Amino acid sequence: MSPLLSSAEADALRLSLEVATRSVAFSLPLAVLAAWVLTRVRFPGRTLFDAFVHLPLVLPPVAVGYVLLLLFGTRGPLGGWLHAHFGIQLPFTTGGAALATAVMTFPLMVRAIRLSLENVDRGLEAAARTLGAAPLDRFLTITLPLMLPGILAGAVTAFAAGLGEFGAVITFAANIPGVTRTLPLALYTAMQSPDGDALALRLAILSFVLGLGGLLAAELLVRRVRRLLGR
Amino acid sequence: MLQVSLTKRRGEFTLSAAFAAPTPGVIALFGRSGSGKSTLIEMLAGLLPPDEGEVQLAGTTLTDTRRGIAVAPERRRIGYVFQDARLFPHMTVGGNLRYGEKRAGAAPRYIRFEEVVELLGIGALLGRRPHQLSGGERQRVALGRALLSQPQLLLLDEPLASLDAARREEVLPYLERLRDWLSIPMVYVSHQFDEVLRLATYLVLLEAGRVLAAGPVGDLSLRAELRSVLAPDLVGSVVDGLVTAVDAAAGTVELAVGSGKLKVSLREAPAGTRVRVQLLARDIILATQPIQGLSVRNALLGTVVDVTPEDPTSVLVKVDVGGPVVLARISTAALEALRLRPGDAVWALVKAMSTRGHAFRLFGAPARRA
Repeated sequence: MSPLLSSAEADALRLSLEVATRSVAFSLPLAVLAAWVLTRVRFPGRTLFDAFVHLPLVLPPVAVGYVLLLLFGTRGPLGGWLHAHFGIQLPFTTGGAALATAVMTFPLMVRAIRLSLENVDRGLEAAARTLGAAPLDRFLTITLPLMLPGILAGAVTAFAAGLGEFGAVITFAANIPGVTRTLPLALYTAMQSPDGDALALRLAILSFVLGLGGLLAAELLVRRVRRLLGR
Repeated sequence: MLQVSLTKRRGEFTLSAAFAAPTPGVIALFGRSGSGKSTLIEMLAGLLPPDEGEVQLAGTTLTDTRRGIAVAPERRRIGYVFQDARLFPHMTVGGNLRYGEKRAGAAPRYIRFEEVVELLGIGALLGRRPHQLSGGERQRVALGRALLSQPQLLLLDEPLASLDAARREEVLPYLERLRDWLSIPMVYVSHQFDEVLRLATYLVLLEAGRVLAAGPVGDLSLRAELRSVLAPDLVGSVVDGLVTAVDAAAGTVELAVGSGKLKVSLREAPAGTRVRVQLLARDIILATQPIQGLSVRNALLGTVVDVTPEDPTSVLVKVDVGGPVVLARISTAALEALRLRPGDAVWALVKAMSTRGHAFRLFGAPARRA
């Protein structure tokens, strides 16, 4: 129990951090893969795939949450399978909130990573090749380290954005105190209650501080890594 | 032996080149920009697939489109020094050097890390990052990195093109060392004839995607195909001689060339060194009798082999000076006055100071440093 925060506030903060962390951990490898496919692989339907990846940016978050509910609900095609084979249930759980957040922040992450991948000099990979490096070796020792600024920027931006994801989370994972009531959901709930004005303001300030801190941390981290890379 | 026969179409441009050059030695791919040099070298490395053709190095097939052979670049053991160095920015100089060394696998190791560092004079740079290096230092590190991958062939794609004259001079001596001390075959792409003159043993002349002529540098220096791509002032025969006497104070050496002797500007070449000189056609004076009281000290006695008109006012006279052949540019009027014909005896006069020698240690014998 922190002297600064009430238990409800601390719960909301802890949940927001947990949801954002799990969402980033889950989507980061997939975002690197998607960025790689979009940048380096030429295949029919690439434009469609590109649009699909960016869809959460333009869709109403509630629609994303609803589609997730259809897919991952215990009777949905994916949710049923997950439940039957692994006993995993996503709707109305913290994991579900993380999944909804991951889907919503995925485009942000892919954009940042893709930009850094496009800036990797292919000539350096060719040089590594003539020095005897096989494809996976080249990726791990040359391409990935050179993409690092973009990967970090993408991860931190997605994390900061994920702290505040509202629509998809409330639709897919509902608003359960201590389970899925993250900062924005707690803020919304406080606004709905007649005497919640003070709490709402405190939560709004907390969100503001977190967001700003996240973006500043991202910028500093990227600068530091760039310096390490000699650029 | 490096045997190459490759075809590649790129839009309007077609490269179709074939040559077979002896190894070890420095094979220069020489031609104007756009003649196909870089396309050719990329195909040798395996980075660019040819439409058709074959590459064989010392009896091993690296590429053969008919038999479906295309050894991957990472398995060719061919080192590549790029024009822009391409050092890995996220590694130190030391890390860059070790990159290829670690991946050399079971390849026979002929040069160690410490040797490369000493050979290229990069010991003080090991902890630095590539962006902290000068252009010349970068190229030396790139050279070292390629060498440490223990390649069986080293490709150099205009490694000096992005450097100014002073920086070039910072790298060229190291390239000479590699040629003379490690008997590693090299393919050197250039459009600067002075680099070719200084480094190459074998010359492949490319023009518009075709091999115009190929052969030892000395032989090619007498051919019209080379003259067609060189500026007239650079035309001249390239001859080899052995150092017979050294005048350290004057900075000159005496060379045995054919049946005569030649004094040229050259430092640090002990007696017995093989030295290459280019005798520029514009610097040679022909005389039908020995001449007294002249400041020119070099006079080679020879026989006129043939006379080729160059333009309405000048001709090139080929003179055999006891094996080596010298080219002299004289005016049409002088030719008529001297009545030179093939078979005539002439003296070829060469000014010592106008001729710069390039030392080559003998190939074949493993002349590693003691």
